[in-house]
Amino acid sequence: MNILVCLSAVPDTTTKISFVDNDSKFNTAGVQFIINPYDELALTKALELTEANGGEVTIITVGDASVEPVMRKGLAIGAHKAIRVNTEALDGMHVAKCITSAIEGESFDMILTGRESIDYNGGQVAGILSEMLNMGLVNVVTSLTVEGNTITAVRDIDGGRETVSANMPCVISAQKELCEPRIPNMRGIMQARTKPLTVVEYSDSYAETKYTGYELPPAKQGVKLIDAENAGELIDLLRTEKKIL
Amino acid sequence: MVLVFVETEGTSLKKASQEALTYGADLASKLNTECSAIAIGSESGLENTGAYGASKLFAVSGAGLNEFTPEGYSEAIHQVASNNNASIVLISASYTGKSIAPKVAVKLSASLTTGVVAMPNTENGFSVRKTCFSNKAFSDVEVTGEKKVISIVPNSYEIKEFDQNAEVVSSDIDVSSFIKSKSVSIDKVQGKIPLTEAELVVSAGRGLKGPENWGMIEELADVLGAATACSKPVSDMDWRPHSEHVGQTGITIKPNLYIAAGISGAIQHLAGVSSSKVICVINTDPEAPFFKAADYGIVGDAFDVIPKLIARAKELKAS
Ligand SMILES: Cc1cc2nc3c(=O)[nH]c(=O)nc-3n(C[C@H](O)[C@H](O)[C@H](O)COP(=O)(O)OP(=O)(O)OC[C@H]3O[C@@H](n4cnc5c(N)ncnc54)[C@H](O)[C@@H]3O)c2cc1C
Ligand SMILES: Nc1ncnc2c1ncn2[C@@H]1O[C@H](COP(=O)(O)O)[C@@H](O)[C@H]1O
Repeated sequence: MNILVCLSAVPDTTTKISFVDNDSKFNTAGVQFIINPYDELALTKALELTEANGGEVTIITVGDASVEPVMRKGLAIGAHKAIRVNTEALDGMHVAKCITSAIEGESFDMILTGRESIDYNGGQVAGILSEMLNMGLVNVVTSLTVEGNTITAVRDIDGGRETVSANMPCVISAQKELCEPRIPNMRGIMQARTKPLTVVEYSDSYAETKYTGYELPPAKQGVKLIDAENAGELIDLLRTEKKIL
Repeated sequence: MVLVFVETEGTSLKKASQEALTYGADLASKLNTECSAIAIGSESGLENTGAYGASKLFAVSGAGLNEFTPEGYSEAIHQVASNNNASIVLISASYTGKSIAPKVAVKLSASLTTGVVAMPNTENGFSVRKTCFSNKAFSDVEVTGEKKVISIVPNSYEIKEFDQNAEVVSSDIDVSSFIKSKSVSIDKVQGKIPLTEAELVVSAGRGLKGPENWGMIEELADVLGAATACSKPVSDMDWRPHSEHVGQTGITIKPNLYIAAGISGAIQHLAGVSSSKVICVINTDPEAPFFKAADYGIVGDAFDVIPKLIARAKELKAS
């Protein structure tokens, strides 16, 4: 199996978000970047599948050179090779165009992405890729098995779960529970240094959506404390003060 | 025209679809155009699309549309949108919507914006507000494409009722040649309020010590008519089903009320719940970070406080 995993580098989940330049840019000062948690699951699942069925895992990231340490971590976890598309990721459409251009001429049995990136929360790339590449799509997947040319996946639906089957090639987006993420070991980290990381260019920086400004949610007024002895008062306040019960 | 994809649940429109329709009707009147709805495959629950703002309802069925597939649904929406010159397609960010919005956008060569939480600003171009950084911030996005696909976060727009009927336009579309996947089985949690649609949510964390103690959480949720949620470690340890896990890596919710008992309020947890209108926190530790994000706080033992809340809620219900 030849699997492509789309890996995005995102701020560590504990990051306190702030903005600079008149709230027009995310403040990256002191921020540690990690593999998007869902992409970590996508990568681990891809490795499990190739270990069981043979094949290779390629990771691809759209971003400037600053994303390479995150990509090296992907190689240390076990990906065989990496492609970096050397341009700033502008939006989901742009990322998908960068990826399809970079893999032109190659054939993958499966493309795995995360369900969404935890920075821009688009949930876009998997669906766009499936359409551009004319592949099947199973979104938000919590379990995935492969038999011959057919995949069986369990995906989240509103109020439950659905089991779906599809033929390869297909695009799958990873949701929590898909697998236990792997942590790189010493050997992996050593090997990652010499694994191939190819840099390709993509010069078209056309995008129809542009982030113009950011805002933090309004701060809370401050907490109103209720004595535990009279805890029931909370219910009254929710009725009278907030009128939500 | 603004075209809104709607879904039904049982015999009525899903709440998220009612919101999307109201949003669509308001947007259409802002842009001096019409708002239409599109429903696929469903037969009941569509009578009142007009009441939520649609002047027309495209009821589409046909080969390949008997069950949901991303390919079949997105193709049907694409065809209706193209044939009727829709400039904006609105899709609620349900799991179904998330699977089709990107595909519809590619098919229509439209700009795609997801996670939208407010009416666009059309004074100077077209700018929409969306969530980003897992609800730790909002961003304004300028959308320049002539056609636009917009996906709206549930619970971000207030439902209004309109005094009109939608003209129903039924059509038969064969999308079978597009389909690439097949539904094998569906497993729905019965009789529970889906967390993403719930207006009231009662949630608990590791402070509850073990799964055997969730009886009181369910009872409180029951008397209030609320859904239940939990923190990540609780679902990781299988004390509660994964579907209840809220936060950065779980479900994002924005109910009117979020009651959290025995949850510390880690930044990753807050990411999923901080847009709730009113937050109540019950924790033994007065230094728990959650109190900083709370509207009401009770410093106390959940095992003592929750029964008091249940008792008072029952009292008021009976009176
Ligand atoms: C990549 C990543 C993603 C994550 N994503 C999520 C996510 O999506 N959602 C999420 O929830 N977490 C997430 N986490 C975990 C998060 O960092 C916290 O560890 C987690 O939220 C803590 O859960 P908790 O509050 O239930 O438990 P704890 O932190 O153990 O807190 C228990 C709380 O209960 C209180 N308590 C104890 N006994 C009582 C009692 N009798 N009555 C009342 N209060 C009591 C304690 O004072 C304490 O504040 C993530 C972490 C990482 C690294
Ligand atoms: N810059 C990027 N480079 C490579 N893959 C990406 C990039 N951004 C997003 N992705 C992939 O697309 C998924 C969904 O991202 P998004 O559509 O931004 O929520 C992520 O989980 C990644 O798998």
